[in-house]
Amino acid sequence: MSSDNRPFVTDDSQVLTETRDARMTGGDNRFNSKLREAFGSSPFILTKFDKFMNWVRGSSMFMLQFGIACCSIEMMHTYAVKHDLDRFGAGVPRASPRQADVIIIPGTIVSKFAPRMKRVYDQMPEPKFVIGMGSCTISGGPFQEGYNVIKGAEEVIPVDIHVPGCPPRPEALVYGVAKLQERIANGESSPVTVKPYELEQFGDLDRDEIVQQLADDIDEEDLVMRYDWADSP
Amino acid sequence: MSLEDPEPDAPARVEERSPDELAELLGDDIIDREQHLNAPGYVIRPDAVQDVLSTLRTDAGYDHLSCVTAQEYEDRYESVYHLRKFDDPTQEVSVVVPADRESPVSESAEPVFRTADWHEREAYDLVGIEYDDHPDLRRILLPETWQGHPLAKDYDQDRPQVVPLRENANPLQEDTRSEQDADTMFLNIGPHHPATHGVLHLKTTLDGEQVADVESDIGYLHRCEEQMCQNGTYRHQIMPYPDRWDYISAGMLNEWSYARAAEDLADIDVPEYAQVIRTMCAEMSRIAAHLLAVGTFALDVYGDFTAIFMYAIRDREKMQNLLEDISGQRLMFNYFRLGGVVWDLPEPREEFFEKVRDFLEEFPTALEEYHDLISSNEILQMRTVDTGVLPPEVAKNYGATGPVARGSGVDYDLRRDDPYGYYDELDWDVVTDDGCDNYSRLFVRLREMEESAKIIEQCVDLLEGWPEDDRTIQSNVPRTLKPDDDTEIYRAVEAAKGELGIYIRSDGTDTPARFRIRSPCFSNLQTLPEMAEGEYVPDLVAALGSLDIVLGEVDR
Repeated sequence: MSSDNRPFVTDDSQVLTETRDARMTGGDNRFNSKLREAFGSSPFILTKFDKFMNWVRGSSMFMLQFGIACCSIEMMHTYAVKHDLDRFGAGVPRASPRQADVIIIPGTIVSKFAPRMKRVYDQMPEPKFVIGMGSCTISGGPFQEGYNVIKGAEEVIPVDIHVPGCPPRPEALVYGVAKLQERIANGESSPVTVKPYELEQFGDLDRDEIVQQLADDIDEEDLVMRYDWADSP
Repeated sequence: MSLEDPEPDAPARVEERSPDELAELLGDDIIDREQHLNAPGYVIRPDAVQDVLSTLRTDAGYDHLSCVTAQEYEDRYESVYHLRKFDDPTQEVSVVVPADRESPVSESAEPVFRTADWHEREAYDLVGIEYDDHPDLRRILLPETWQGHPLAKDYDQDRPQVVPLRENANPLQEDTRSEQDADTMFLNIGPHHPATHGVLHLKTTLDGEQVADVESDIGYLHRCEEQMCQNGTYRHQIMPYPDRWDYISAGMLNEWSYARAAEDLADIDVPEYAQVIRTMCAEMSRIAAHLLAVGTFALDVYGDFTAIFMYAIRDREKMQNLLEDISGQRLMFNYFRLGGVVWDLPEPREEFFEKVRDFLEEFPTALEEYHDLISSNEILQMRTVDTGVLPPEVAKNYGATGPVARGSGVDYDLRRDDPYGYYDELDWDVVTDDGCDNYSRLFVRLREMEESAKIIEQCVDLLEGWPEDDRTIQSNVPRTLKPDDDTEIYRAVEAAKGELGIYIRSDGTDTPARFRIRSPCFSNLQTLPEMAEGEYVPDLVAALGSLDIVLGEVDR
């Protein structure tokens, strides 16, 4: 078969683009990513499945479209043009918690909203991650002394990354998301905290004396939640 | 509801009556007279509220119940009704209703002014005054389970609020359908929902797909702003909070509301140069706030993060860069001070003015783009024209202000009618539209941005030519500010969403004894049932988007 009849073969001298040139000569290593180096010439890699899954999780995160207060404006700016969180594989806000991996808590949590936020968090599928955005989710921020304000998101749900600021700049949120991705890729996430009022669900666990003491504090007939758990005895 | 027909002799209503004439008009209902800094105050009998308010409304023309302030004294409770006129908001009167210390009850104003409904519920919730004849006196901002009234004197903040878990049981139980009628469905929208612009909960009753009834459940962002301000000192500690009421970059406008009230209270002058800077910054904030309103409205109507939203954010970024140059912050500026602003415009000034002029030069093209994409788009017009109709008399009755009122043809803008800052020296127009629907509210915002750009341009011209040795940015204000004992003032400015009023009562110390925020969104949101009932659910969402509420300001 003569070379003239072979399909899809073009003259090499015509397609020496700059990109190809850069890759071949190594003058610009943008195209020789770590992944490509790891692959080498082989299309196969050897890794642990868990490690691979963690890498995948960190690299493609679906955020929950969840706005509370001032920080949600900066969060919108982070998603939108200029800052474009999508560049980091984390820019697809999902309106439903059932489809989301990460919840960014952007704002002050007050007593009326805390149970609702807990429910939204509970509705997210595992594994799930939480970014606390702004001072209010750390301690209540400027509103800490308010009668109605929850003193930080960790009173209600476990938080993986705290981004301080009032509000944090979009760059700070991007940094927080990147840090979370790094942690996820390393297989870390915050431990699930169990509030004493949830102990009932873990009734089949062995009870050490602390758990026993906490369990004894609970009136089985009428479970209560306190909005200011940290200050309670 | 007492919806009156507009009187034919409208100009006659602007006629002002002297305090003595008003006192004569009210007759025996008055038990005492007070003098507030902004208006004469009449102390009236607690069982004559409806009589007094309807007399003032029909006979004296005070048709705008701007705010209701409730507070507790050592010996009594007090509700103050701040009335003014839509035609001339400089004519004000305060109606003071005392209530007994032991059982605080007074008559409700709801039958006269619909807007009193929510205001009185809030007063009941936070201070604990009860209103006779109120149709629905429940808590509004705090959860139903709350114990005590947090702004009352005997409230103990350290007592834990313990709530049974069953109170927070899932509201989405099997009662989503009515038992009597298969077509009637109950639908909860929010508090976590993309269309509610934050944490608003709408309890809707649907007949098929039509909204039969909608009730807004607010308070999911009630972060005690009034308490925070009452704990802070006048001079420095209060100013950071206004930024966080309406947090859509509208901080400068909110700061101005506090600055205006406190400056009038403590009799502080503001140098002219600072007033020009304030005017410029405020209009920049207004453009940024309206851009987000337009962008999210398109988001609500078209339903995804599409071009218009991204365009709006792009232009907001430019504006935020300018505001950051001025104040050092993108969102929470904290730039105003009592008696001026914190520092002068950024150096080099020429470079800054150049940036502002660049923005102003590109802005008409950007607005043209918005008009192409939004206001002249047939799809959007089909969705928004003649939906969410709010007639002007209804808007007035609910105390709606800002673009919501101006979209209903109510020609009310405090920048012109109750001038402050440098507005009365500049050349600009108040935008109104008679459409009364979702479209006209959107259109008013788009055109208001043009006017704001005009104001900014004139301010830049003024600032550029300002002589260098006359650039006083702050007047001399004492480090510790202690206004006279028992002085009361209510002052409002035109914020991005409407009339943002502040009531302050001083008690001779360096912190306010009562700090009340009259939020425009709070009153505007109250009109939602009027606009949405009978419409389809998508029109409810459009109506909510066109109201442009910010929950930080609704709940405070």
